[in-house]
Amino acid sequence: MSIQLKSISKSFGDTVAVERVEFTVAEGELVALLGPSGGGKTTVLRMIAGLEMPTSGDILIRGQRVNDLPVQRRNIGFVFQNYALFKTMSVADNIAFGLKIKKWKRSEIASRVAELVELFGLQGLERRYPHQLSGGQRQRVAIARSLAPKPSVLLLDEPFGAVDAKIRQDLREWLVRLHHELNVTTVFVTHDQEEAMEVANRIVIFSKGRLEQIGSPREVYEQPANEFVARFIGVMNVLDCVVKNGQARAGELAFPVSGAANGTQMRIGFRPYAVAVSTDLTLHPHRARLLHTYFLGILLRVEFELPSGLVVRGRMTKEEYGMLGLEDGREVSLHIKNYRVLARDDAPLGSEMAAPVATPPHIAENI
Amino acid sequence: MAGNTPRRVRESHRKSQRGAEETPLVKWLLVGTAGLFLLVFLLLPLVNVFAQALGKGLGAYFKALEHPDTLSSIRLTLLTAAICVPLNVVFGVCAAWAVAKFEFRGKALLITLIDLPFSVSPVVAGLVYVVVFGLQGYLGPWLADRDLQVIFAVPGIVLATLFVTFPFVARELIPVMQATGTDQEQAAMTLGASGWQTFWRVTLPSVKWGLLYGVILCNARAMGEFGAVSVVSGHITGLTDTMPLRVEKLYISYDSTGAFAVASLLALLALVTLVAKTWLEWRQERQFEAAQHVETSTSRDEGTGPT
Repeated sequence: MSIQLKSISKSFGDTVAVERVEFTVAEGELVALLGPSGGGKTTVLRMIAGLEMPTSGDILIRGQRVNDLPVQRRNIGFVFQNYALFKTMSVADNIAFGLKIKKWKRSEIASRVAELVELFGLQGLERRYPHQLSGGQRQRVAIARSLAPKPSVLLLDEPFGAVDAKIRQDLREWLVRLHHELNVTTVFVTHDQEEAMEVANRIVIFSKGRLEQIGSPREVYEQPANEFVARFIGVMNVLDCVVKNGQARAGELAFPVSGAANGTQMRIGFRPYAVAVSTDLTLHPHRARLLHTYFLGILLRVEFELPSGLVVRGRMTKEEYGMLGLEDGREVSLHIKNYRVLARDDAPLGSEMAAPVATPPHIAENI
Repeated sequence: MAGNTPRRVRESHRKSQRGAEETPLVKWLLVGTAGLFLLVFLLLPLVNVFAQALGKGLGAYFKALEHPDTLSSIRLTLLTAAICVPLNVVFGVCAAWAVAKFEFRGKALLITLIDLPFSVSPVVAGLVYVVVFGLQGYLGPWLADRDLQVIFAVPGIVLATLFVTFPFVARELIPVMQATGTDQEQAAMTLGASGWQTFWRVTLPSVKWGLLYGVILCNARAMGEFGAVSVVSGHITGLTDTMPLRVEKLYISYDSTGAFAVASLLALLALVTLVAKTWLEWRQERQFEAAQHVETSTSRDEGTGPT
């Protein structure tokens, strides 16, 4: 076990930034701290680093309690959001800084710097100054600098925040490869759920200073612990429903639920991929009009409006879209295949339910 | 920030020049006006100082400087600067650090106080010390009992000069430090550097241009201050005359060669410090250029990681 947080809380004056957070990070893991801004994730990262002190609780790094250990002696590597490179030092001096502080031998410093320059593809830039580098290069220097003294843990604060979208994608893939090669325990903070899903082995989800769920990307997507996680990870349609005769109803849509009295309020959620669409208006129970199509590349996002004004978001591939011959304004029929009850934020959720398929018995009805 | 003009700033200046679409007439009119002002009000008087000083030949010039009272005034001025500049560097760094890196009550008041010597006439500054330390002042009798003389002696001159030169270093450093923020220091700490190491290796280098410029201004003022020093000095020839006071004394006693000889030394000091600063900046720029050159000869693609 590389990092262990035991009931960590942190208050700034009267504001509680982090409340009773507990999780562990295994040796060699790549973990994302994910949440909306102001969720406390950066504070947690800074507490692991020793840049902030927890108000209560214990932090252990490799089994050693580090609460009273100053940042200098925690043997961590920290990459700041804006990289915080030393402006007055060249790339090589930036990378060598931690080694000089730790009084490595001159020859050892030189070989370690050369090794990192090679590993990070910074050849030829050793003598440049930070302001002469591009965003991506700066980030690589920042990571190289933090890894130079061989830290036991690498901590990154919004590592991809400050570069543009294209480079961001490259950097994500690169970070995964780097982690694979070096296998150093890595924790990074992000507010971008896609980024967390793509890069991390495990995701720790925060909201308002509380830990909402920990799990693999697949777990948090498929078995969200609560409504917050379900809505935060991936796209979800959320409907406020009222139960009537064993069905949660919103507009024309009705979802069978068991054991709920008439008049119970509940929220129902379903993923866009759970929306089945057909241009055969009799195939699915609900009629709807295609409101708008968003082209995202291979996937398309489609918005349907039901006669009551309810809007449902779906997702389909370009091929499906073409095969159905859809276009904006087209009348379709649709059906929600899977849904889940997002009853209350704090109550655990049931697993996803499959809607009973209303077999169309009316084969020759409209002739 | 005059002291803090690395390459980038200059480059952006160059770009903005290209954008200015003024007619050549307007351009030359503006440049001409500025040039004329500089010529008439700065360059001519400066040249005149040297012309007057050397008017009766090099022999007379050096003879004027060799006068024991003049030598004593030079020594006193150097001593005053040697005490005031380091003290103001320490104070300036502390004050700038406090203002730029911490939030505390009374911060605005501290900034205002730092500016006080700028807004108060130097004569008032001198008088304040006379009121406090003079024989009729609050601490005067107490000091007199212990045979300590502040007013009309070297300590008074140093105190008055300190007061007047107070803001220079702090004023130059505060904006630089505020712009730098605390990120680099935090980064140094995560890499194992102690507070002291962080200060010497990260904080100080990142503000060195601001600091250097502050020191130059502070030094120039410490050597050149007239008003405040004049009030507390007592004008005792050979004992409490600084160079500016000596210039005045020589001038009113119709020794214009002597007056201008000492004045030329003060002017020379200004020129030397400016040249030193320009040279340091030029060297820094060369260093950046050298690094830039390496980059262009082996330019690499953007965003590619190790393969």
